[in-house]
Amino acid sequence: MLEYRDKIIEISERLLKSCDVEMVIGFRKGSLPMMNEPCFAKSSADVQQLVWDSNCGINLANYLPNRKEKIGIIAKGCDSRNIVTHIIENKIKRDQLVIIGVPCQGMIDKRKITSTFADEIQSVEEKGDKILVTAGGQTTELNKLDVLQQNCSVCTHRNPVIYDELAGDLVQEQTDVDRYADVRAIEAMAPDEKWNYFEELLAPCIRCYACRNACPLCYCPTCFVDEAKPQWVQKGQEAIDIRTFHFLRAYHCAGRCTDCGACERACPVGINMRVFTKKLEKDCYDQFGWEAGLTPDVRPPLDTYRPEDPDDFIR
Amino acid sequence: MEHMGIAPGRLHFSWVSSAESTKFVDVVKEVTEKVKALGPNQQFVKTQAKVA
Repeated sequence: MLEYRDKIIEISERLLKSCDVEMVIGFRKGSLPMMNEPCFAKSSADVQQLVWDSNCGINLANYLPNRKEKIGIIAKGCDSRNIVTHIIENKIKRDQLVIIGVPCQGMIDKRKITSTFADEIQSVEEKGDKILVTAGGQTTELNKLDVLQQNCSVCTHRNPVIYDELAGDLVQEQTDVDRYADVRAIEAMAPDEKWNYFEELLAPCIRCYACRNACPLCYCPTCFVDEAKPQWVQKGQEAIDIRTFHFLRAYHCAGRCTDCGACERACPVGINMRVFTKKLEKDCYDQFGWEAGLTPDVRPPLDTYRPEDPDDFIR
Repeated sequence: MEHMGIAPGRLHFSWVSSAESTKFVDVVKEVTEKVKALGPNQQFVKTQAKVA
């Protein structure tokens, strides 16, 4: 994956020099290991900061809505699907974008890695499919496959779905993964068990809204949780308000979520709120055969009517 | 909602035209009967604010 970097820099420099774009959105190294941050490169000096490795889990499509300038954006599979969603929802025009596609082999889960080490992690390096972690003066080798983000390990769209340039050869898509094992496990529970499962899941939530802010779908000028008239949900730490926030946010992402994992990655207390959006993703797939963001030419199921749409739940 | 642990049968959906008054009555009867059978809802209930 590291070899993409030179290609990304070369393409970005060319685009900026020829004035095809005003800026390139990519990643640069953060101040801590495994914390790459978004980078808006506007000059060739900025471009030299761009990097690509297995810590680029943030969804860059989040920075596109309502932009007016021409933008080059680096997009892995899930980012490209969210860009398609933005195009469908008229949040950005296709001709404003030069999409630099990056075939992705999964991003690593920083929480999985930090929890394996007692000491503070000083550096994390990649070598092929191995991750070299230095903590407390000792270097340990980990298999990348063991520390992938859960959504990356079951991803079936690693290659970008739309792109103008490619930073590397397309990779083999995974076909033999079970995408919805976790959702089925919850579906099999009794109602009380389900209730308690979500009660425990959301107990640590501090309502910082990092999941909402990291989500490319959450671009409403005023989010329903911030509205005061009417106040849809109270602002306190009451368990029921926390739950209302999470499940309503998930509903707003129905038929749009690409399971990029940005919400889970952004969460400071490590809640896997993807179990909400994933259920809706599964339902969309089962009932409408829909996977979000694969093509800008088809309208999503929630804004079209087909006579064969399932309606058994209405009497 | 049922995925989240709401008791099955507590949430109902129906489509009633303004001309279908009898259907409306039927639906309301059925819903109230079913919900009464389930008893009072213990979920989505707020506890009183704690006063220090």
